[in-house]
Formats: sequence, C-alpha cells, structure tokens
Amino acid sequence: MGKIHTRYGDGSPVELEESEVMRDLENGTQDAAERGNIAALSKEEIQHLFDIFSSPYRFVGVEPGKEIVLSYDGTPIKLSRTQVNVDRLQCLQIYEKLLGADTLEMGYLDYSFKPIKSMVTYEQPLMEQILSVTTAPIFYGAMPNLPLYTKPDGPFPNPAELLPQGKIEEAQASYEESVEHAVRDIVFVSSALYECGADAIILDTVGAAGDADYLASLKATEVLKEKYPEMCVELGMAGEFVLGMHGEMTYDGDLLAGMYPHQQVKVAEKSGVTIFGPVVNTNTNESSPWNVSRAITYMKACCEVANIPVHVNMGMGVGAMTVHDHPPLDMASRASKAMVEICRLDGL
Amino acid sequence: MGDPLGMAITHAVASGMGGMRAAGDLVARMQIARGMRIDEAKKYVADKLNVSFRDLTDPIIMNEVRDDLGLGILHPNVRSPKCMEAKFNIARLLDIEINCVNRFKQKASL
Repeated sequence: MGKIHTRYGDGSPVELEESEVMRDLENGTQDAAERGNIAALSKEEIQHLFDIFSSPYRFVGVEPGKEIVLSYDGTPIKLSRTQVNVDRLQCLQIYEKLLGADTLEMGYLDYSFKPIKSMVTYEQPLMEQILSVTTAPIFYGAMPNLPLYTKPDGPFPNPAELLPQGKIEEAQASYEESVEHAVRDIVFVSSALYECGADAIILDTVGAAGDADYLASLKATEVLKEKYPEMCVELGMAGEFVLGMHGEMTYDGDLLAGMYPHQQVKVAEKSGVTIFGPVVNTNTNESSPWNVSRAITYMKACCEVANIPVHVNMGMGVGAMTVHDHPPLDMASRASKAMVEICRLDGL
Repeated sequence: MGDPLGMAITHAVASGMGGMRAAGDLVARMQIARGMRIDEAKKYVADKLNVSFRDLTDPIIMNEVRDDLGLGILHPNVRSPKCMEAKFNIARLLDIEINCVNRFKQKASL
C-alpha cells in the first residue's frame, strides 16, 4: 500500500496510508451526518473522493461540462493585502481580463454596511465608472457586521458584556435593536449602489454575530426585493451553524439558532435571496480528506433541497480549503473538483 | 481570503467557466437575472448562442462566437463592441434586463 501526500486543515503537509485516507473520508462524512441529521455520503461517493485524493497529479480539475460559475467576496481587498497598488477599477479589470472571473465584486476596504453608509456617495460614481469599462456582472458586497451597532462602536449595550452578567433579556433587547439599525443601513447602501447600475448585492459573512446577524440579512433582503423585485441578492454565510447568540430569533416562524446549511437555504429562499452561499468551517486538526468529506456532506444536503442557485463558499478556511493565506494548489484544486463533482453545485 | 493564485485562479482553472474568455459571464447573468440553476442557465445560453453545452467553456469557439455577436472579447479591436456596448448586445441576445444598460438608456434618453 502506497502513501498518499495530502494536508491537514491548516495546510501543513502529511503523508497518510491509503487506509488512513479512507478512514478519514468515512469519519468526516459521519461527523456531518450526525451533527446535521443528514445523509452520509454513499460508498461510491467516498470512493470518488478517494480517487481524487490518490491522484498523483499536483493539480486536478473537473470533468469537461461540469464547470460552474464563480462569484467573489472582498475582491479588491485581496489585491490590497498583497500590496499590489491598483485602485478598485483596475482590480476588477484584472479579475475580468486576467483571472477568468465570471462575475466581479466591488467592495470597500472597510467591508461593512455601516461604515459605507456615510461615504456611499463616493462609492456610487466609482461603481458607475467600473460598469462602463467592464462586461461581466458586478456585485457590490459588504457584511451586516452587527457588533458595529453595540458599544464601544455603536449605540446599544454590548451583549458580550451583558451575557456573562446574566443579563439575558437586556442582551436580547440589544440584539433586537441592532437588527433594526442594520436592516436600515443594508437597505440604504444596497439601494444606492443598485440605483447606479450594480447587477447584484452580496450580503457577506452573514451570521458572524449569530442569529441576529442572520435575521438582519433576511429582513434586509425582504425589503430590497419588495423595493426592487428584479434585484439579485446573494447571501453568503459566515459559518456552518447559526449561533444562537440571541437564541429566540425566528424568521417566518422558523427558529434561526442552530440551523445548518440545508435549513438556512430554505429561509433564505423565503426572504427572496437569489443566490445562496453556504459555509462549512475547516478543522485545522483534521486531515484534508476528513474536511472535504465533511464539507461535501453538508453542501450536498443543501444543494438537494435548494430551489435557487447555490454558490458554496470555498475561500480560506471554509469549504474544506486550508486555513492559510497561501492555499496549496494540490489541496485547493482537489477540494474544488470534489465539491463540484459530488454536489449539484451552481457555483463557488 | 487567500492569495489570488491559491484561491481565485485555482478555482477558475479547476472548476470555473472561464469568464469572458468563454461564456462564464453569460451563464452567470442567467443566475442573476432569472435565478436559474447551473444546467438550466447553461442550456439557455447555449441555445441562444446556437452552440453546444461543451462549447460554452471552449475559448477558441467562444471567442469567435462572442466576436461575431458583439458580446465582448478579451482582445477587442477598434470596431469590436466593448464593455457597455457589449452589455447592450448581451441584454438583447439573452432577452434579459441589465440594470446598468437600462439606466444608461434612461440617462442618454435612448
């Protein structure tokens, strides 16, 4: 039996026996199936994953005909972080003309709706200019980022301080007030960008602050779709599981806390979301076969029940991608191929 | 996050449709405009362009098709429709509303 070169969730290389890879693939899918109360991958699917991991090639890709659409979040930030000094207009031209991007995303460096609200009039002319020099659809993305509405950054008491003191009702009230303010900011900024021509809005990293964060995004989507029925809203999640920081928030009667991707997509559909971006977090202590198998189990269940396009998040640390700024191509390409080929995906 | 080679380029090469190099932006437009799932969106675009499913990701075929139909290409010449001009043609060919095209028409009193 040969050894298979693979990775841990943090990207560090490891050589595993074939039996160890198979064991991790089986354990990964079982973990997701038990936590999410969903079906585990079949023997054929596990074998397909094993074949992908045991491929000797440094880079692999999907079979022709199975390609999917790519959407992005925080695109200009990627170039800023590498200190490539181009403005956002040039950044999007680079993605369109040089990186094979199917869609483009214009986001501000301070990637939250609240700070953008006060300077949105500077975002609008840039969006208009970018639309005039590009062909691919352009999304405008930002995060609801609910913690910005609590002290010391916002007007409401900080639930992180209230909860340890046992002030549950006060913390819940703070979240409820934050939701109303976040909805107003998301609608204000999204409307401003849509009215200067943006093709779509991305609400990104949704649920990072828990169920209140998710509720704000669903409510904002509902308002936006009422206002602009043709608007495309993509909702990308922050984690695989909606944290119950409030604990009792509901949307159309459904309790948000504890929802996994196959449940999240159904409430997203109800709110009017056009494209849903589910997330599964990468466990750095487990191997990549374990993470890929686990992530695909969740995503497959989500895609099976979805009636809208699903663009699985496969950025750093999610969707079985390694938690490192420089994802190894062997692992990233295997995760990409595996995710697309086993799930009925519409995009990444 | 993640650097562009490790993330954006890897996904584009491993699984992507190739953007304007092929028909990725056109298929994406059907997800945006009509909420179509991937197979339906590909079929719709392939039918409108009169090409096969597989042609949609072939840069040789798609460059010629896009050039002929004025849908925007990576290396446009002087007479090629570009950017907003190409988006006018895309909206007409795919029979969809493109937000910035409609606003351009409104502002230019077209």
